[in-house]
This record gives sequence, structure tokens and C-alpha cells, in this order.
Amino acid sequence: MNNTVIVFCREMTGYFATPLAYVFIVIFLALSGALTFFAGGFFESDQASLIPFFNFHPWLYLILIPAISMRLWAEERRTGTIELLMTLPVTLTAIVLGKFFAAWAFSGVALAMTFPIWITVNYLGEPDNGVIFAAYCGSFLMAGGFLAIGSFVSALTKNQVIAFVVSATACFLFIAFGTSVVINAMTEWAPGWLIDFVRSLSFIDHYSAIARGKLDVRDVVYFISVIVLFLFLNGVAVERSKASS
Amino acid sequence: MIEVDHLTKQFGPIIAVDDVSFTVGRGEVVGFLGPNGAGKSTTMKMITGFLRPTSGTARICEFDVLEDPIDVKKRIGYLPEGAPMWPDMTTGAFMAFIARVRGFDGVEARERIAGAIGQTQLASVLEQPIDTLSKGYKRRVGLAQALLHDPEVLILDEPTDGLDPNQKHEVRELISGMASDKAIVVSTHILEEVEAVCTRAIIIAKGRVVADCTPEELLSRAPEHNSVTVRSDDPSAVRSALLGLEGVAEVDAVDGTLVRVHPKPGAVVVDAIAAALREAAVAVDEIHLERGRLDDVFRQITTTG
Repeated sequence: MNNTVIVFCREMTGYFATPLAYVFIVIFLALSGALTFFAGGFFESDQASLIPFFNFHPWLYLILIPAISMRLWAEERRTGTIELLMTLPVTLTAIVLGKFFAAWAFSGVALAMTFPIWITVNYLGEPDNGVIFAAYCGSFLMAGGFLAIGSFVSALTKNQVIAFVVSATACFLFIAFGTSVVINAMTEWAPGWLIDFVRSLSFIDHYSAIARGKLDVRDVVYFISVIVLFLFLNGVAVERSKASS
Repeated sequence: MIEVDHLTKQFGPIIAVDDVSFTVGRGEVVGFLGPNGAGKSTTMKMITGFLRPTSGTARICEFDVLEDPIDVKKRIGYLPEGAPMWPDMTTGAFMAFIARVRGFDGVEARERIAGAIGQTQLASVLEQPIDTLSKGYKRRVGLAQALLHDPEVLILDEPTDGLDPNQKHEVRELISGMASDKAIVVSTHILEEVEAVCTRAIIIAKGRVVADCTPEELLSRAPEHNSVTVRSDDPSAVRSALLGLEGVAEVDAVDGTLVRVHPKPGAVVVDAIAAALREAAVAVDEIHLERGRLDDVFRQITTTG
């Protein structure tokens, strides 16, 4: 536990030691703002709600989360620091968790920085702040899911570009499962239970349920299961990759 | 304190380390030698618990690296090959991280860091990010990191690689200074280093141990070992004075003024030669006892074995 915290702190200071953190946060804020106001029609909808804001999060994360996660392990393998890290008296679990939680907390910081839009909507009208809080939670959980996938992919390669492209693709699949394109394409031939199963894997379904204000245990459990599963695979991948580094 | 027990590592069809066994006790500094790709680094990575051996194991202070990896890692100071470190961290932040991971807090952590920084003379670069440091400084940060917890076992993979002669000298002094109460394994390409700091040399080639002895014993295997060269304006007089001397096997002319005297195996003839030359009143410019060159021994062992 203690070692997880130490790894977490090192990673966290690592983010802010380079321009990466600031570039990421600025781009995240700029894009989420632009999408909300221009593509989302925040003003045109004439409602005191942040739905136009939260609707774009899956797509925003699709590009931005792999940018955080790509370096998590690929960089350590490329520079050889993984050898230093793993010959210190720290367990693999502590390293995997420390790195993941640091990345997750960092994405949480970026998300929290969007608070002016919450102030704006409260200034303009009377939104349901419970729903907004739930949506923030959902968005944060979804970011964790994407990060766990990206972290796992990053452990499979020494090349950050490959890590980025593959995790963006993997994340895209997890979004696409819930879109009407995939579901419609499947209704022709697939049995109902398979469609339900594929749909239940989708981040969008679970996220939009939470974002509508329904903080259902099942949706929370879903994201946490995705995180646990991919972090476990992450550990296995690191263990295996050592042989070839 | 280090017990390497039939370590074997296979990467697919390639056997990188093949049944390597040796032990290192307190006070020993073992030079780990071998051509590139012989399996030195792979062996060290298995001892330090980074790589899992295909078979065999290593024990550090009675702890098995496969069963108690954390206990093993606590007792080892390890400098990995190339001294990898996070480039964005400053030297100070890096050392603080290592201290925390090694379980030191507060005053003790500060003392430990100050100690390691002092030993490796890094005080001037504490605030610098590691990737702005020169190769020599980086290597020393790697060493400082390995020394911080005053480990019983030190495993250093090419600690002097990339250092200038002065820095090499400092690192060797540092290693010699710590040797008395630790077990140290140093891998190197530089054979003079083995003579300078090591009490024992292990040579591995193609994954197998091909020699395990003191540097002196290693030297005695050199073809030139204990031969004597004599420089004189009158080499033929030297020749006739020395031929037939007890212990002398052969006298070769090397060039116009230089004569090399090969002793019979095990014989030490330099005194006898000096006496014989004085007796025969041959004018001599120089008498030199060859110790043999480790390079020659190394080449002989690693290419024929």
C-alpha cells in the first residue's frame, strides 16, 4: 500500500515535471469547451443542463486518454527504467496500481478543471446539480476504464506510437459496441442474447446511464470490473515483457 | 552471501546462460568478465530478480530470489546495464524517491541521501534533471542509487563504462573502499579493472563459466607470464650468457636489441638472469619482467573454450 503511494507520487510529479501535463489539460479544456458550445449547441438547446458537455466525453477520451496511457509502460521499457523499478523492493501490483492511479488522478485533475462550465450553467439557470455530479462521476469512471485498457496496451510494446494507435482503436471498439451502427448490423443475424451482451460491453451505454443522473450500482461495477480486468492483464503483460526487454 | 545455483536462461532456442554456479562471500570483489553477449547481464538480471530463470536459482543472504524476491531486492544494490533512470527527474528527486522506496523517512532519509551523494560526489548536480547530466554523472547517480541503503550485496553492471580515466579511478576507489564488509560483483570489459579492484575473476563465454580464479592465477595462464625481456646493444652476448641457465627454456631474439627469455613452466628466473648477465659483464640497458597480459588470457579462454 505504502509503496503504491510512493510510485503514485513519483508518477504524478513526473506528469508535472514536463510540459505534457499542461499541454494535455489545455487541449482537454479547449476541446471540451469547443465541442460543447459549437458542436453540442449548448446555448441553442436553451436548457440549464450539461448534457451537451458530457455527451462528447467518450469521443474526447478516445483521443486524449491513449495520449496519457501510451507512455506508462512503453517508455519504461524503451529507456530500461523498468529494470531499475522492478529490482527495487516493490511488488509488481504496487507498481501497476501506482502508475494507474497516478494517470487516473491526472485525468481527474483535467476533468475537475472544467468546473467553470458548471459555474456557468448554474449562473444561467437552475440545473439539477445531482445529475451533474453523477455525470462527473460517470465521466471519471469511464476515463479509468479507458486508462486501464491503454495501460495494458502500453505494456505490450516499447513503441509509444504503436501503443497510442492500438489503444485508441481498442477504446473505439468499446465505444462502438453501443452505437446503433454496430447494433443494427448485428440484428440481421445475431441472436438477441449476443446483441445484448455486445451492447452491455459498451462504455457509452453505461456512461450515458450514469450521465443522465442514474448512478446505478451495475454501471459502476461494470467500469470497475473493466479496470480490474485490464490491470490484471497489464500485470501479466509486464511480467511477460521482461523476458524480451 | 551470493549463491548462484545452476542458473539457466533460455530465450526461445537460444541458451543465454547455461548452468552457471558460483558463490561470493563477504569481502570479495568478483570481476564478471566475458565477451559481449556471453550472458553477463542476463545472469545479473536473474540474480537481482528482474528476469525469471528457466531453471536454477540464486540466493542472497539465504533468501531465495524466486521465493522471497522482495527480501532479496532489499539486500541488493543494483546498477543495471547502462544505468537507466527517469530523464525528467532531478538527481535530488530521484534519490528521494529511491530513499522512500527503500523505506527511509525524514532525518534518516536525508542522511542516507547525503551519504550516497557524498560518496559519489554529486552535490553539484542535485537540482539538475538527469537527462541534462553527462554520461559520467549519470553513471554516478546510478551508483549513488545502488549505495543508498548500504546493501550487503552490490551488483554493478559495467559501473565504469563511459567514464573518463579519473572517474574510473574514483569509482574503483569507491568499490575497493566498500569491499571489506560487502559481497560485490562487477561486470566489466576492462581487464585492468579486474587487476585493480577484484579479488576474484569469473569469466563466462557462451553462457558458461570458463574460468573462476584470482586475477594472479589468471595472469599466470598468459603465454608471456614471467618471461623476461632484456634490451642490450649486444644481443648475441646476452643470448650466450643466458642459454643453459637453470630454469630457462628458450631465448628468442625479438628485434635487433631485444631478447626475450622464456622460463620453464613455474620457474621465476629474473634474479638468475640479472646475476648471470652481471657475471658475464654484458652491458644491458633494460631488464623487464613480463607479467603477461590479461587480454591475451581473456582471448585465449573465451575463443577456444
